Amino acid sequence: MKRFTLLMAALVAVAGLASPVLAADTIKLGVAGPHSGDLAPYGIPTMRAAQLVVKKINAAGGVLGKQVELLIQDDQCKPEIATNTATKLVTEGANVVLGHICSGATKAALGIYNDAKIPVMSPSATNPGLTQSGDYPNFFRTIASDDMQAKLAVDFAINKLGAKKIAILHDKGDYGKGFAEFAKKFADESGKVKVVLFEGITPGAMDYSSIIQKVRRENADVLIFGGYHPEASKLVAQMKRKRLKTAFLSDDGVKDASFVKVAGKDADGAYMTGPRDLSTIPLNAAATAEYKAAYGEDPGAFFQEGYSAALALLNAIQKAGSTDYAAVTKALRTEYVDTPVGRIKFDARGDAEGVGFSVYQVQKGKFVEIK
Amino acid sequence: MEYFIELFLGGLTRGSIYALIALGYTMVYGIIQLINFAHGEIYMIGAFVAYIVCGVLTIYGFHGVSILIIAGLLAIVYSCAYGYTLEKVAYRPLRNAPRLAPLISAIGMSIFLQNYVLLAQTSDFLPFPSLIPNFAFMEPIAHIIGSPELVILVTTLVTMILLTLLIRYTKIGKAMRATQQDMSMARLVGINVDRVISMTFVIGSALAAIGGVLVASYIGQVNFYIGFIAGVKAFTAAVLGGIGSVPGAVIGGLVLGLTESFAAGYISSDYEDVFAFGLLVLILILRPSGIMGRTTKQKV
Repeated sequence: MKRFTLLMAALVAVAGLASPVLAADTIKLGVAGPHSGDLAPYGIPTMRAAQLVVKKINAAGGVLGKQVELLIQDDQCKPEIATNTATKLVTEGANVVLGHICSGATKAALGIYNDAKIPVMSPSATNPGLTQSGDYPNFFRTIASDDMQAKLAVDFAINKLGAKKIAILHDKGDYGKGFAEFAKKFADESGKVKVVLFEGITPGAMDYSSIIQKVRRENADVLIFGGYHPEASKLVAQMKRKRLKTAFLSDDGVKDASFVKVAGKDADGAYMTGPRDLSTIPLNAAATAEYKAAYGEDPGAFFQEGYSAALALLNAIQKAGSTDYAAVTKALRTEYVDTPVGRIKFDARGDAEGVGFSVYQVQKGKFVEIK
Repeated sequence: MEYFIELFLGGLTRGSIYALIALGYTMVYGIIQLINFAHGEIYMIGAFVAYIVCGVLTIYGFHGVSILIIAGLLAIVYSCAYGYTLEKVAYRPLRNAPRLAPLISAIGMSIFLQNYVLLAQTSDFLPFPSLIPNFAFMEPIAHIIGSPELVILVTTLVTMILLTLLIRYTKIGKAMRATQQDMSMARLVGINVDRVISMTFVIGSALAAIGGVLVASYIGQVNFYIGFIAGVKAFTAAVLGGIGSVPGAVIGGLVLGLTESFAAGYISSDYEDVFAFGLLVLILILRPSGIMGRTTKQKV
């Protein structure tokens, strides 16, 4: 009898753990990304964007008459932490998730959300396979994918910089290597340039002089680098020191204020692709002003994309009339929404229609869009 | 040929830094058979102190070389203080404990110091001013070697000569060698063993600080995590050369630096680390005690 009582007690306890999901009286928006660690500058602007959007929407009466609640989780851009983060957001009953920030972490977490039928929208994960593989029907993004970036970079190197020989380096990570491999593919396909070097460098290594010597020896006109700003700063500094005339061209992982801060004068002249200038879109100016008012500084990387993703997700729930997975994903694919990155909806794979990239150059410490 | 010389000098530069840090591992191991895993963090702290001092001195209008010297000296002082305290807090209480205990304590101190700097400073990469003046040599020398590389090479060379003289001719050097040979005998002839061990940590930390300042100035950035990678490489150099042997650490560092540089230059930088660690495995198979290592006689 005693054992039976114990069993009943255990059953009741388990039911108690499961019930909060059913009793939800708020719309739960999960936010995942690096909020600590060296990649935090990429995650915090999105987290703040979500906070700003939710504050505004809640003040206006919420979504479907309910208040929106934020569930914020730090994944440090590490895949192994991201899976924990995802599991936590699922158990906490997130209806939709904004994140993750880095492609590697996003990929690790996506399967968990997919099994739980939760729509996920990243403001920054640009790895093409995330949408093109078709494995993650629950995934959306408000940023263009890496292959678009790589195509733009290669076209720019050929048409504007007149490159005949290209050296391609990457940081061996999902994001950097993906970008580099696409650059190589497009360069080979163009038939106008020769890829003279394609190699990975070790992030955090003390010295890149050997690889810089190699770039010089191959006489490359343009060095295309896939990766993030700490390695990019080291590369441009060593190139300047070795007096290479090779142009440096990189990706939006480098188009960050930290790059200019760390590389200093050496950053001048470096090119990088990044989301196109959005200053003509009225909503963007408004969002930027909100950020400045709240935090007293300019918004950092992926703020507009994060703000747009938060708006798109909550708009889809509103339009769908429920948090039901099928209804929300359908709304994302069919209903246009005005955001700081423009008027967007999502295609069958989950890529936003109507966002794009431009090439920038660092000139006297400022990013200048090259038309 | 020119390319070969470039790679050779590049390898020599990074190898000499590895050697500088490896000396700290090897000296400590030689005397108390402990692998001080927190040594890389002492290097990182050296770089951070120099970073902070530079910031302050720039505000007060100091310039170039004077900043380098003051920042370098203060970095050495701070790193020595950290090294001394580290030994006192984390290793001395465990002097008679089984070998594994101080090893775990070392790993713990490494994680502690990393997180301490992370919390006290920031996780961001910080721009380190290039303190070593970059003289414009004539072409074609300019792209083979610049003044920063030259300064690194000369500084490490001078430091190593001074260290050799210290170990060979000074009283503390003699005491260190005696302690290394037999700690209890050294104690019997009146050597203050604890003081010798503290001094070993202080000297090793000073070398790490010099390495930290040189590298930070060379690559132009500091971060709380740089000590880990430098530590792993220097530890590899120490084992390669024969841990416990001072010339071994120098040779190990240079061999490692040159291997990496040539592997990156002639094969692919993808495999830089593969070749470096492959070489380590190879040497340990052929000469288990490292290039310069001696097999220790078991005491009966």
